[in-house]
Amino acid sequence: MAPKHRNVTPAAQQQQPVATSSSNVAAAPVAAAPSSSSGSVSGGSSSSKMGSKQQNSWDQVVVNIANYYSKNTPQRTKLLDAFMAFLVAVGALQFLYCVLAGNYPFNAFLSGFSATVGQFVLTASLRIQTAEANKSDFPSVSPERAFADYVVCSLILHFFCVNFIN
Amino acid sequence: MSANSLQTLANAGKGESTRTLLRVIILFLIAGASISSRLFSVIRFESIIHEFDPWFNFRATKYLVANGFYKFWDWFDDRTWHPLGRVTGGTLYPGLMVTSGAIYHALRALTIPVDIRNICVMLAPAFSGLTAYAAYLLTNEMTPSSSAGLLAAAFMGIAPGYISRSVAGSYDNEAIAIFLLVFTFYLWIKALKQGSMLWGALCALFYGYMVASWGGYAFITCLLPLHAFVLICMGRYSTRLYVAYTTWYALGTLASMQIPFVGFLPVKTSEHMPALGIFGFLQLLAFLDYVRSAIPSRQYQTFLWLFAGGTFGIGLLALVVATSAGVIAPWSGRFYSLWDTGYAKIHIPIIASVSEHQPTAWPAFFFDLNFLIFLFPAGVYLCFQELADEHVFIVVYAVFGSYFAGVMVRLMLTLTPVVCVAAAIAVASVLDTYLKADSPAPEGHQSEEGSDATTKKAAKSTLKSTSKPVVGIYSYLSKGIVVGAFTIYLLMFVRHCTWVTSNAYSSPSVVLASRLADGSQHIIDDYREAYQWLRQNTKEDAKIMSWWDYGYQIGGMADRPTLVDNNTWNNTHIATVGKAMSSREEVSYPIMRQHEVDYVLVVFGGLLGYSGDDINKFLWMVRIAEGIWPDEVKEREFFTPRGEYRVDEGATETMKNSLMYKMSYYNYNTLFPPGQAQDRVRGVRLPDVGPTLNVLDEAFTSENWIIRIYKVKDLDNFGRDHASAAAFDRGIKKKKGTKKRVARQLRIE
Repeated sequence: MAPKHRNVTPAAQQQQPVATSSSNVAAAPVAAAPSSSSGSVSGGSSSSKMGSKQQNSWDQVVVNIANYYSKNTPQRTKLLDAFMAFLVAVGALQFLYCVLAGNYPFNAFLSGFSATVGQFVLTASLRIQTAEANKSDFPSVSPERAFADYVVCSLILHFFCVNFIN
Repeated sequence: MSANSLQTLANAGKGESTRTLLRVIILFLIAGASISSRLFSVIRFESIIHEFDPWFNFRATKYLVANGFYKFWDWFDDRTWHPLGRVTGGTLYPGLMVTSGAIYHALRALTIPVDIRNICVMLAPAFSGLTAYAAYLLTNEMTPSSSAGLLAAAFMGIAPGYISRSVAGSYDNEAIAIFLLVFTFYLWIKALKQGSMLWGALCALFYGYMVASWGGYAFITCLLPLHAFVLICMGRYSTRLYVAYTTWYALGTLASMQIPFVGFLPVKTSEHMPALGIFGFLQLLAFLDYVRSAIPSRQYQTFLWLFAGGTFGIGLLALVVATSAGVIAPWSGRFYSLWDTGYAKIHIPIIASVSEHQPTAWPAFFFDLNFLIFLFPAGVYLCFQELADEHVFIVVYAVFGSYFAGVMVRLMLTLTPVVCVAAAIAVASVLDTYLKADSPAPEGHQSEEGSDATTKKAAKSTLKSTSKPVVGIYSYLSKGIVVGAFTIYLLMFVRHCTWVTSNAYSSPSVVLASRLADGSQHIIDDYREAYQWLRQNTKEDAKIMSWWDYGYQIGGMADRPTLVDNNTWNNTHIATVGKAMSSREEVSYPIMRQHEVDYVLVVFGGLLGYSGDDINKFLWMVRIAEGIWPDEVKEREFFTPRGEYRVDEGATETMKNSLMYKMSYYNYNTLFPPGQAQDRVRGVRLPDVGPTLNVLDEAFTSENWIIRIYKVKDLDNFGRDHASAAAFDRGIKKKKGTKKRVARQLRIE
């Protein structure tokens, strides 16, 4: 299907496959990367020692991601991302409240929290399905269908939440 | 639904509509076969609810139909667990009752007057037809050969492993749960393949239905995360997996929490934690995936190390803290018993005492699955050959399912679907290879109809193969031999299934059958006789004490309050009954008074040779009672010094003085000539002098002595203890008593 995405996964468990697979695929974007991050690799293996260098490359990583994001994301997807960020904020708030003020109506907390989490993953799914890069992964899901699915799933989700909230 | 799936099923090619038609017809025939093979018990006996648990489900269904859904939901049942009662609405899986209630009302709305009992009896066979269809769909996701699907449907329809829990009248949760299990798996595969939220949501909905129906839903809760985890470990993480899994988990967990009995369990118990863990893990993976596409590889490594390390550390810390703080409950006992088969016997006798929780014996696999069990590994091997995501599922399911089927007899049920699917893949691949007339053109699947009329089809296709020139498997002989052998296997399988169903799984166990000397069938109906007696001769609220096995039946058939029943939610209460049964009369009487017991019911098989009686279950009562009162009840004292469990002359004093022993053998020797009283279950001769009962009066003994009911005496009018009062009575009424006893004799019809 999509070799790019197949190759990602070993990265999650081990460092070794990452080096091989990503050198194939994702070495291109930033030419300056090897020189700047050569220190960071050693930093990564013994992370606590080389704090300052780490900091540098860490900054760079974040900057890179931000650049990539602002350049390559369509406006609509950004809207989705804003919604997801909002959901994360709400979820964090709910969780904080639960930790600080107690979870007394546990039903209410649970359904509220599940609603945010559920809506978040559904939105994430919608985002994934509508992204250009993932088209090859979803041969049978057009963006319109993805949105219709999204609406249906959200309705089901909120039905359950309302039913559970007491 | 069906149109859609049929569409996807139908391969391109000519004669598509004909094939579709054939497939539909074959599926209907399979459904018909699977329904009709479950009707032995209805034909032989009558349309009756079987065994123990179904009686409760039946009673609950009647309550639901009579009082409506909301009352059912809030049902507090004061007629069980006598002093305590049971919050029935909140402690059952309502799926089964609601399903049959819905069917009942639907049929009523269509002006078909049907009895709720008949719906309950026929529910399991009807759903088995649907299960066959679900197996067909699931298999078709695995392999392009549509003959495999039809074979799987046929196997699923008649495999004894599944029939054992779904004959007509066994109105148990499993009746619909297996259909839901297979169908949920099908939807999961579908969702995973397409990466579609809608299929994921459907999967979650059916998962919710499954949760509402059967405690075995935990199997799905563990299997789907395991599948996802294996896929991730194999480096097959895909956005499709993310979409399917997260949609399923988010919706499915919420759906499962709607059931009051499940409630907060999905966020509190360890059984549900793997699913949550994989859910969180997938979020991380998705995020990492995104980041990976955004930045160069070296930087990504740094990022990965920091991120993954940090998250793992935090997660582990949170888990440890939560577990030690008691937020997450430790694993439950039933779960431990899945890993260590000896665990239950040591720690929780109540679980071990249930026969279906015993480890499986090897022959049981062959008995329940016949030749499918041999083909099962072959099918799994074929899955390995292709090994797409869905094949990994079958492999994981096969491993997981076989392990659990080996641990608990009951879980054979969850293994059966995967065995059917894998075996069908194997058989189909063999038949597809050998039935082909000309190998390059892969169009003629004559074998797809091989399921119900195997011989005919096989014969037809071999004829066809002789008429054409051959490429591929060259020799007719090898083709003929292989196809012939498989035809014979399939025929033998059908024969075996029918035989097993008819002989082993079709007895209602409420009504027993025996053969008279002339070969005609004789129905032994003691249970219903006794329950009917209770219903007609006792007060509406007379409390019946019996061992918990019979609680549901007494509640369902006699409609009298019971002390304990098959729900077994309160071990102490059960142990109290066990103590009352296993102690001396003087100890038991206060217990019975305290619990306001009016009648005591025991099951005694000594006259008939009915081995499932209370004396054989007695040791479990002792063990369970000993678990709570180790000082007062000791298992050792029920064994002779040589370690034998005896009921004859050599029985220990404790045994002879126990209430259970006395109730079982009271007056028993009057049936026989002096000195020849015999217990036909244990095959021993009993003492000449039978036990005496002081605190109980014999109230009723059924025709074959299977059920004996005793009335608990009131306190003595003169304030004497029962022993002396009884002795006094015996002194005076000796003549009368003997006369009465002479009049009693074995009724034989």
